[in-house]
Parts: sequence; structure tokens; C-alpha cells
Amino acid sequence: MRRILSILLENEPGSLSRIVGLFSQRSFNIESLTVAPTEDDSLSRITIATLGDDKVVEQIVKQVNKLVDVLKVTDLTERAHVEREILLIKVLAMNEKTRSEVKRITDIFRGSVIDIGKQVYTVQMTGDDDKLNAFIEALKNETEIIESVRSGTVGIARGDKALRA
Amino acid sequence: MTTELFNGAEMVVKALAALKVKYIFGYPGGSVLDIYDAIFQQDEVEHILVRHEQAATHMADGYTRATGEVGVVLATSGPGATNCVTGIATAYMDSIPMVVLAGQVATTLIGDDAFQETDIVGCSRPIVKHSFSCRSLEEIPNVIAKAFYLANSGRPGPVVVELPKDMLIPQNKAPFHIETNVQIRSYSPTVKGHPKQIKKAVNTIVNAQRLVIYSGGGIISANASELLTQLVETLDAPITNTLMGLGGISGLHKNFIGMLGMHGSLEANKAMANADVILALGARFDDRVTNNVEKFCPNATIVHVDVDPTSISKTINAHIPVVGLADVVIQQLLDELTAIGFKADQERLAKWWQQVEGWRSVNSVSYEKNDNGLIKPQQAVEALYKVTNGEAYICSDVGQHQMFAAQYYPFAKPRQWINSGGLGTMGFGLPAAMGAQVAFPDAHAVCVTGDGSIQMNIQELSTCLQYGLPVKIVSLNNRSLGMVRQWQDMIYGGRHSSSYMESLPDFVKLAESYGHVGIQINHADELEDKLAEAFALKDRLVFIDILVDEKEHVYPMQIRHGAVDEMWIKKGEKA
Repeated sequence: MRRILSILLENEPGSLSRIVGLFSQRSFNIESLTVAPTEDDSLSRITIATLGDDKVVEQIVKQVNKLVDVLKVTDLTERAHVEREILLIKVLAMNEKTRSEVKRITDIFRGSVIDIGKQVYTVQMTGDDDKLNAFIEALKNETEIIESVRSGTVGIARGDKALRA
Repeated sequence: MTTELFNGAEMVVKALAALKVKYIFGYPGGSVLDIYDAIFQQDEVEHILVRHEQAATHMADGYTRATGEVGVVLATSGPGATNCVTGIATAYMDSIPMVVLAGQVATTLIGDDAFQETDIVGCSRPIVKHSFSCRSLEEIPNVIAKAFYLANSGRPGPVVVELPKDMLIPQNKAPFHIETNVQIRSYSPTVKGHPKQIKKAVNTIVNAQRLVIYSGGGIISANASELLTQLVETLDAPITNTLMGLGGISGLHKNFIGMLGMHGSLEANKAMANADVILALGARFDDRVTNNVEKFCPNATIVHVDVDPTSISKTINAHIPVVGLADVVIQQLLDELTAIGFKADQERLAKWWQQVEGWRSVNSVSYEKNDNGLIKPQQAVEALYKVTNGEAYICSDVGQHQMFAAQYYPFAKPRQWINSGGLGTMGFGLPAAMGAQVAFPDAHAVCVTGDGSIQMNIQELSTCLQYGLPVKIVSLNNRSLGMVRQWQDMIYGGRHSSSYMESLPDFVKLAESYGHVGIQINHADELEDKLAEAFALKDRLVFIDILVDEKEHVYPMQIRHGAVDEMWIKKGEKA
């Protein structure tokens, strides 16, 4: 099962490598990982999308919690939450038909064309994992994908629930 | 008034003194010469010079296991630091508090592949509790204080502190300030068991028909032996210890049913398999205990007390988890038992004990002596027990001799038994015994070893001479790597691939060349007398080379992939 873990940790040299090292050392899976400082720049927030059954995820959460740098860990997928990912994708847009089709699909998915080249469109799309996958599939049917990059998932709990130091 | 200023090297030593460190185990080199210069100019902290950095870590480790005080290692950058890796891993696996101060090249050179540069923080990352790299002179004392606090709280473990050369040089000075009352906002280990879980645990324990207590190294590190004994006596339950937990209750206690696991006693493993409630205290259901986890005690309710939440339900699901320090939680359990007015159900106990005594009567931990005087390794350990009155610090290497020592030397007290249980590090025994000897100069510190293990840190005989450490080395010499050979006999069709030690040195002469006494014992009739003679040499290191039967296997032994109680009792005989 896919899980989204949010981790609040000290923004110090080496703290990210401890997280990454832990996952490889104990053969836990990482589907995506994002990290950046929070509004309090002494803290970083990591979002990890991982796969595992309940037993594995319980171990992951405990092991992450055990790292001295880590203040809080939560499994966002346990409760209502919002998750988003950004996709930047460059596709071939050689002729009028492809260009308008790419634009149309982008509009349907509520993304935007953010740059154009002589023969390419660059599109920005925001959404959860499922939506981005669906969008990529839709594009594939119309044109050729030149390059794509995904930010990895970030997430936050719905309502008043908050992950704070 | 002017504030006194210190350079980084002086701060390191001052910090150690402030933390009441008596000994540093180490080896000098380029990046730490400033620290060595600072050590030279004070007399609060004594430095012990080893012959290889790995031995420094094991020596610090042995010192810690014998005393409970945090061991300190000092090594230079590069090879000095990487030589510590095995010792750090050994301490990590057995949850031993240790602080390793590792030199590093100057910050201006880090990343340039400078001379003797390795990323020791990176190298050691998977085998430390935490690590630091000092990047300012002023922070050195507090970083060291934090390292000690982390190493010795919660689940203990090794902490590495990297000290770049430019933090240590005499030219840069700052005022010294150390905060020994350490607070770390991201770290607050649980000490006390949750009251609800304590109630649940006690409720389960008192309703058990067949309760067994299974305790491990957590009892030793929490100094919880007395409380454990009290709990055992209150419940009058059978208790088994892990390899790491031996001495947690006296090996002579009537409720003690021996070690469990791979080479545990039949009664211990049978009791586990037949228990309806298992109370695990500071033990982690290691694979050398459980055997096949799929077949492990499927009908038992498991109450698992551990200070480390990751140990709970990692391999075996715990029905009632209790997170907390062993001593604190046992006290809570005792208080709750008193609160509910617990009285042991004698009838229930008698029935259970009758079953346990049945298994005990098989006398699974036993051996047959040879008629021709060829010494059995078990016999040597029994003689050692007799000669040392059961009071020695037994520091073991890794292999058959380790298991024989665990089986045939009942430990009356905690911290008497010092071995590399988790990592299984050959070469651990001698430096560990040296560490115990440093801590207790008047005690018998014994290294029980074999002809394989002893050669992995034999160079430390030189350190022993320098510091006058009268360690007794009891080598069960079977001219082969016994445990490897045993597995080859049992599993690999008797093909002894690389397990035969050709060209062994003359250990007696070797000991003599290092300035020590060496003796060889090769007949059972002279075993006790010669051992007694060796131990009578109070001020000398004696290398006792005991030629033992090379065909002997360690029994009992769990059958691979079987349940916890599926065992070979002796060659070709199943329980």
C-alpha cells in the first residue's frame, strides 16, 4: 500500500542522509522524497511516498522516529489529507493539430502551458499522483514526450491537525 | 577579570575531564596530534595506547560492559577512523554506550581527497546512534557533552564525534563552557512504561498458566538485575536469558533454566515453546533466539518490554508492548503486583514446573569426557569456573568457545559476561578483557578464545605489557575454526573449506616474546592444576594454550528453519 510520511527534522548537515541511509539500510522503499526548510529555518520538512504493508510502515515510522534529528513523523495516509505534486513536461508540438490538442488536454486537467519552443510546449501540471499519471497518459496518445520532471509528492493534513515542533 | 582561553584540543580534554572520564583508549596520528599534546599536559584523563584502533574500540567497549561507564576512543582521521568501524558496529549491535572521537583533515581540505581523509561520519552512519562533526571551536565541549548524553540514554549506543584539525590547533582559542545538563529538542526517550500497558501486562501475567520470563541485555544495561530477581521470585516463574542477558539473574538461581536460542538449553527452548505467556524484558527476539519466526510460539501471548520501540513487533508481534527502561518498568510491574495483592497460584505453578523439570532432567547441556585424556572444550570451561571460583570477568571471543563459556560458566552477577553477541566480532575478546582489567585491576579478567579469534587482535599483547594488564588468556585451541567446521560437518557434507588453521604459531613462545608467560595444557589430568598455577600469577599475563578435542561440536543446537524447541541434543540425536 502506498503511504505518505511527513517528517519534521532538524535542518542540519547530514540529517537528510540519515533518512535516506535508513531507508536503504533496512530495504524500505522510497517512491518519492522531497525536502525543504520550513518557515522556521532551523527545521526541514520531508515528505516520503513509500510502499509497504502495515507491519513495514509501522517499522518505518518507528525507525525514522528513532533518528536523533527527527522531531515528528506522521503517516498522512492514515487520515484525511491533501497531497500535491508538480509535473513539468516538455512535449512535441509540431503542428497546429498537436498544439491545440496539447492545449486542450492541459486545460481539461487545469494545467498551464508555461513555455514554448519552435517545436515544443512545456506544460506545468499540479495534482496528486493519479491525476499526473492520467495526464501523462492522455498526452502520450496525442504526441511524443520529450522530457518530464516530477517534484515528488508533498502533503498536509486536512482541517486543524498540524505537524509542528 | 579576563576569561581564560583554550584551544580546541584543550577543550576536548577539558570536556572529557568535566564528564568524569578516567580513560581514553586510542592511537595518535596527524590530525589528532594537538589532542595528544593536550593529553600530555594534564593528568586528569589517562590515555591508553593500543596497537590497532579496532582494539581501542573493543577495549573501551569491554571497559563499559564491566563498569557501565561510557567508553571513550580517540583515533586519527582516515585509516585510524576506519579501523574503528568494526568496534563501533560491535557496540551498536549490543547497545553499548561509546563515544568515538575521530580526527579529520582541516575543514579547508574536506572533500579534496586530502591525505588521510575519509568521511568517517558517512562510513559509520548506519552503525551509530548519532554523529557530529564539529565546525566551530566554541561548540566542542557541548558537542562532546551531547555525545555522552546520547550514548548513555534511552537505548545506549555509540556516537561518533568528528574533529577537523583546524578546530584543534593551538593558534585558535576561545572561552571554555560546557553544559552537562543536556537537552535535545528532537530527542526524549521514553523511560516509564505507560500505566495502562502495565496494568494489561500484569493482568496477563497473573492469569498465565505457563509463564516464562525471557530477559536480555536490556537488564544488564539498565542495571536491573536485582529488580529482575525480585520479579522472578515474586512470580516464581522460570526465567531464561539471551546470550547478551546472561548474569541478569544468577546462573545458579533455581528459577534459571539456562540460555535460550540456537545453543540454548532444551528446557529454556521447550519452556518458550510451551508457554502461554512470554514476558520479554530487554530482549529483541533476535534470529539466533527465535529460529524460524513463522513457527515461533504461535500460541503464546507476548508481553514485550523494551526501551526501543523499534525492537517491539519488529520480528515477532507483541500483543502487549511496553516501552520503557527495564529497571523502571520492572519496578512498575512489581508495584502493580503489590497493588492487586498478587499471590502465586501454587497449584498452577507446580504443574508448570513439573513440566519444566521434565525437560531439565534431560540434562541437554552436557558432554562426555574422553578416556584418553584429550581435553573436551567444555571441560576446560568447567575447570576455569572452578579455578576462578565463578567470579572472573569472562570476556569471550566468537566461536565454539564462546558458546561453551556461555553454557558452562554460570554467571552469578551481571557484567561478568562480556561478549560480542549481536555482531559476532572475532578479535573482540582480548581487548575487551583488557578493558575490564583496566576497570578492575585486582579482578580476574579472562579472555576465553580460540586459535582463530585470538589471532585477530594478538598485537594487543604488547599493550598488555606496557600497562601491566595481567589478563588471563584461555585459548581453547582446536587447530581449526571450530564453529565454521561444525557447520561444515553438519550442513556442508564435512567439506572443511578453509576452516583448518595451518601454520599456527607456538602460542607459548609468542606470549614469551611479548614478555608474558605462556603455558600449554594438553592432558585432562593436568587441566585444573595448571590453570590454578596460571591464575596464581596475579601480576602476569598468562597465555594458556589448551589443546582441545577438535572434533567436538556445540550442543544442544536448534535445527535450522525449525521451531524454537526443535533441537539436536547431540550428534545425530534430536530432542
